[in-house]
Amino acid sequence: MSFWKFANPNRFNRLVDRLVPYCTVLAVILLAVGIAWGFFLTPDDYRQGSTVKIIYLHVPSAMMAINIWIMMLAASLIWLVRRHRVSSLAAKAAAPVGAFMTAIALITGAIWGKTMWGTWWAWDPRLASFLILFAFYLAYVALWTTYEDRESASDLSAMLCLVGSVFALLSRYAVNIWSQGLHQPATLSLDKETNIHDVFYFPLLASIAGFALVSLTIVLVRTRTEIRKRKIEILHCQELSP
Amino acid sequence: MKGLLVKEFKLTIRSKSGFGLALAFYGAFSILVPFGMETRLSALQSPAPAILWLGAVLSVLLSLDRIFQQDLVDGSLERLATTPTPLEAVVVAKMIANWVTAGLPLCALAVFLGLLFGLPLDERIWICVSLVAGTPALSAVGTFGASLSLGQGRGGLLLPVVVIPLCVPTLILGTLVVNRAAQGLAIQTVFLIEISISLASFALMPFASAYAVRTNLEYS
Amino acid sequence: MIPDLGQYASEVLVAYGATFFLLAAISGYSFWTSERTRKRLADFKNRQMHE
Repeated sequence: MSFWKFANPNRFNRLVDRLVPYCTVLAVILLAVGIAWGFFLTPDDYRQGSTVKIIYLHVPSAMMAINIWIMMLAASLIWLVRRHRVSSLAAKAAAPVGAFMTAIALITGAIWGKTMWGTWWAWDPRLASFLILFAFYLAYVALWTTYEDRESASDLSAMLCLVGSVFALLSRYAVNIWSQGLHQPATLSLDKETNIHDVFYFPLLASIAGFALVSLTIVLVRTRTEIRKRKIEILHCQELSP
Repeated sequence: MKGLLVKEFKLTIRSKSGFGLALAFYGAFSILVPFGMETRLSALQSPAPAILWLGAVLSVLLSLDRIFQQDLVDGSLERLATTPTPLEAVVVAKMIANWVTAGLPLCALAVFLGLLFGLPLDERIWICVSLVAGTPALSAVGTFGASLSLGQGRGGLLLPVVVIPLCVPTLILGTLVVNRAAQGLAIQTVFLIEISISLASFALMPFASAYAVRTNLEYS
Repeated sequence: MIPDLGQYASEVLVAYGATFFLLAAISGYSFWTSERTRKRLADFKNRQMHE
């Protein structure tokens, strides 16, 4: 039983068929628990008031925005090295989900910033790098849509993902030099004492798990769709030239 | 390699949209911007490095179209891809040619355009220096973008959408060098990072770019 | 039922609303295209079997 056996599109689709119902149910439950817990059962912060509740949306979506790009990078590398079609299609399927997560992080962040900093937007390193990440998602999706009907799309977009990752990281450090931040440091880290209080921590974990599962489910479903689309294309070609 | 370079230069100079056009655009852009702003030179001074840098990015962006177009149309790109010369070398030649014909003239022009914004001489020289250090990265990244959008024909919007995010680090560090120099702050680190981005782009992007060209040729 | 959100009530609710809207949009669209391509693929296969 090897991981690579799911490189077979049919096997992958059968796996997705079996997984999707469980994933959907679990994702909805986790998201509902995390958000309901956070929204209804946690106290307000003494400084931030009720806006602290935005954390249950902001932090998980921001994490997913980054993680989905990393997943796309891994999938692109697998495609470039091992030429498994499913991998390339998974990267393609994940990109819009990542873009949506980035958008959610930016929007909730702007609302939070408006109440806490008094401004919708600030040119803070973290905010700026998320905007840049969003631009990279757009570029990636744009490349796929332009070459939609061509074989070369997978290779070109995988290369863009690779180069884009390097430049996104570079931009991350460039903006750090460029501007001092308004944003607080990382909310969750394993080695620091100053983590947020447990009251907020556990619902946040549930919410992160919920966002992760929702993303996973959507990416799986979208990958299955892409595989089916290719099958239709192939069948279509066979019909035209028997 | 030398032959390749000579050929690239000849091509660029002969082509209609040759190297005057990017330069003209740069001038026009920098003249246009102050009309949208206040007339006091003191108000123009602080955004000037950003404007001159942005103009440079846009002019380089405009010059990218022609990098592969001529070779693609007359089929010599396919020939180049099948000759023993590695395609990477061809791409390097194109990057250098693009930088020398589109990037370098901008750096010289920027010294004079700085006058329009009332910049003192030393700041204008710093703009020139930081452009010289940063535009190679723009050419390298731009050539990569051009080879990605090779199969798409001319005038597509894909090229800028792909290239603009890749220009961000160079733009940030380039303007940072000028601004810090103008304020008399230490610039060594920032300047070295800017140069290293340019050098690293020139060293590594040809591989990515040649891969993209090959892919586009294979499937077209 | 809704907890007292104090002076920031509208901001918090808008943030939740926008997030749910975007999540619903991307997942709804994904499931919808999934179902559509599944049907199209099934049609194709049916047609080929009958021919």
